[in-house]
Amino acid sequence: MVFMTALLLGIYLLSVTLALLTGRADQAGAAVLTGAGEAVELCLRLAGSLCLWSGVMELLERCGLARRLAGLLRPLLRRLFPAASRDAAAADALTENLTANLLGLGNAATPAGIRAARAMAQMGTAARDELCLLIVLNTASLQLLPTTIASLRAAAGAVAAFDILPAVWISSLCSLAAGLGAAALLRRHWP
Amino acid sequence: MKSLMALTAPLLIAAGLIAAGRRNVDAFQALTEGSRKGLDILRDMFPALLVLLPALKLLQCSGLPEMLAPLLNPLLRRLGIPPETGLLLLLRPFSGSAALAAAAELIEGWGPESLVGRTAAVMLGSSETTFYVIAVYLAAADVRHSRWAIPAALCADLACFVSSAWICRLLWG
Repeated sequence: MVFMTALLLGIYLLSVTLALLTGRADQAGAAVLTGAGEAVELCLRLAGSLCLWSGVMELLERCGLARRLAGLLRPLLRRLFPAASRDAAAADALTENLTANLLGLGNAATPAGIRAARAMAQMGTAARDELCLLIVLNTASLQLLPTTIASLRAAAGAVAAFDILPAVWISSLCSLAAGLGAAALLRRHWP
Repeated sequence: MKSLMALTAPLLIAAGLIAAGRRNVDAFQALTEGSRKGLDILRDMFPALLVLLPALKLLQCSGLPEMLAPLLNPLLRRLGIPPETGLLLLLRPFSGSAALAAAAELIEGWGPESLVGRTAAVMLGSSETTFYVIAVYLAAADVRHSRWAIPAALCADLACFVSSAWICRLLWG
């Protein structure tokens, strides 16, 4: 991705210049190499709980959790995406996308979301606001169990890695409300 | 309530095992195959972390945070956000791995039970890599105009950061 290259180039050029100007060349040089070691350590520390959680989510999914969640979400999605819901393929992809997001299955959420976006783009202007709404929904994190963050906290020695759960949910809801509110306001006034 | 929260993992696994028993799902196989998928996630994550963490460490000791602090900190304080999370906030919309690395630094440096550590975790858990998501969807749907998607998504991000900070301060401050 071109963007990541630009981000890295910006960080390196800026940091090297600043380090030279502020006389921190030694620390800056060492930081790059210790950073690489820390990346390995971070992955190793995360590995245990990340894999365990991945297994638990797989188990819950095989028990039909995703299907049940999809059934609950359908009425909600019909209200948020009235035009797209008339198209069966788009409606299915939308439900799958939101369900996968809630279950934290990023690898399943993106392909489903892309299918929904493609179907909506083909509908022309009828669904162009709904396509924006789909993007906003996907940029607000709606994960029910933020397992990577819990793994990160567990790796750092947290007593109860999930005790931030209520805070994450409330914050996700605030973010979603702000996104939907901004969407409702902007779509009315956007040309 | 507190002990239930502490038992999230074993309770959820037990619930999954009971549900699997009732539906004739091979729970052991599901758990092991799911763990393998976790390894795939880790394998995908590792190269990006390996490239981004050194860059992040370099940026941190280049003196830039100290230079930005006088500009950024008063604004963050006014919003009720701990200034220590400034770098995490700046990186979050652009790169998931860089934000994960920044949050890991904060959680380990300040401790997972500290206010800064908790705020960083909640911020990371309730936000997404906004610009990456927008880029993926617009590229996939072949849309030239993102219309109001970017301002609305950034509104959601700002609300997420501010509410994370406020809730954490309310619960653990």
